[in-house]
Amino acid sequence: MTSLTVSEDHIATDLRSDPVIRIEDVSVRYRVPQERIGTFKEYVIRRLKGQIRHHEFWALQGINLEVHRGEVFGIIGRNGAGKSTLLKVVSRVLRPTEGRVVVKGQVAPLLELGAGFHPELTGRENVFLNGALLGHTQAEIEERLDRIIEFADIGDFIISPLRTYSTGMMLRLGFAVATAWEPDLLVLDEVMAVGDEAFQQKCNGRIESFRSTGATVLLVSHNADQVRSMCQRVAWIDAGTIRALGSAEEVVRLYQDGQESDGWGKA
Amino acid sequence: MTVSAPEHMPVYDSAASRWKALEELEQAIKYRTLIVQLVRRDILSRYKRSVLGVAWTMLSPLGMMLILTIVFSQLFRGVPAYPVYVLSGLIAWAFFAQTTTIAMNQLVWGGALLSRIYIPRTSFSLSSIGTGLVNITLSLIPLFAIMLITGRPLRPSALFLPIAILLLALFSLGVGLLLSTMAVYFPDVSEMYQIVLVAWMYLTPIIYPPEIIPEAYRSILLNLNPMYYLVELIRKPLYEGVLPTTEQVAVGVAIALLASVGGWLVFSNKSDDFAYRV
Repeated sequence: MTSLTVSEDHIATDLRSDPVIRIEDVSVRYRVPQERIGTFKEYVIRRLKGQIRHHEFWALQGINLEVHRGEVFGIIGRNGAGKSTLLKVVSRVLRPTEGRVVVKGQVAPLLELGAGFHPELTGRENVFLNGALLGHTQAEIEERLDRIIEFADIGDFIISPLRTYSTGMMLRLGFAVATAWEPDLLVLDEVMAVGDEAFQQKCNGRIESFRSTGATVLLVSHNADQVRSMCQRVAWIDAGTIRALGSAEEVVRLYQDGQESDGWGKA
Repeated sequence: MTVSAPEHMPVYDSAASRWKALEELEQAIKYRTLIVQLVRRDILSRYKRSVLGVAWTMLSPLGMMLILTIVFSQLFRGVPAYPVYVLSGLIAWAFFAQTTTIAMNQLVWGGALLSRIYIPRTSFSLSSIGTGLVNITLSLIPLFAIMLITGRPLRPSALFLPIAILLLALFSLGVGLLLSTMAVYFPDVSEMYQIVLVAWMYLTPIIYPPEIIPEAYRSILLNLNPMYYLVELIRKPLYEGVLPTTEQVAVGVAIALLASVGGWLVFSNKSDDFAYRV
């Protein structure tokens, strides 16, 4: 690993040896066909002619990273640097092409709040659908139903079809479901700049309370200020590799300097 | 460095060298509520805005049967209680055609979910079978009514029906999984399959009795067609009121297991690739 100069007094020593996320030499390769081959006929003809060429694209290359219990760990980088791919590898959506990922505990992905919502079903029915998408059983969802509805705070809309909801209401319901169970690892992508201020405070409060009970938070953002204010350690991902790793203050500074010298300006 | 976790704490290890098919099965069981919820979603959302709602599940095979009876009952005069004959075949065929098509299309078009959050990749195939089971159960009601009207009462042999439907479901699951795997790589499969389905249906004695196939081709056409056996297993206890022979059951079991196990193995070995492609 590169520069690791973080002050680690906030991490209990016995936990430091026990990473929640361990990423070993992880690489992810996307194979993009140079032209889209959509039919059998075309495929067979090209295969015979040896014309199938793939443009290989390594979204991640040789990433090594450990995140410890109770940490708020930030991942910063430009668009297309590989941040989202890294999150997908951690949340089990993509199996890495090379290397190994070990993640311990219940993961709550707040990547796509309400990704599985159905517009024709009521809010209540969608709570069950979404809870099940996160891997919870019927009984577990029933047990938390009141808590979810209370937190979402959308009143009588809970019995209306989702297509009648505003975007804010949908996100609130999504957040309420995703955080109804105390996760061991909370994965946040571009933390929600949604809903009114009161709801945002509620969200932050809930994230903070998870953290105080020992949950780990993995935060991905290109917003340097947000990362600096929330995270303890930060990794800067650039072109699929870790460019810097260390304390939030230091890495964010490097990142901002790098952005300026690359002519990108502050993110 | 060893990774030890407290009890109840799930551990995901991308490099764990285990059988992918078993891992997928384990996850599908863990996510059983999701499969139930997807079935619920399919059924509720399909009928939510229609006035007659779930009644359509019963009305559509009934309408089809009515048309076929009007058109063909003169032609197939030798088939007693033709409406029962055709309807019992139709509901079996409809189950197969619908579940396999939906499984495939949900993975291709609804696969956006698979590239966002982790869910077992077989969820859509399993839920389409679940939806099909609800639909076939509902469409048995008009079938039983038609049987009463045409003077072919239910016999005790109808108790074999759950086994026959289970075998049909396993076969459909296997075919659905294979088609889904192919359709991820070649979207054209989805269109092509609709044509295959029509041809396959006309090659299977659904609306006509097997006797009308010229004898020279009959045994080849029927013996090579797995759907012939599975439709017979459903039709015999209802239409003829007798249990299928041991041999027929054995062939049905073999077809169902071969398709479902084979489909499951192929699908789960390829499924890591889906999120890269869908």
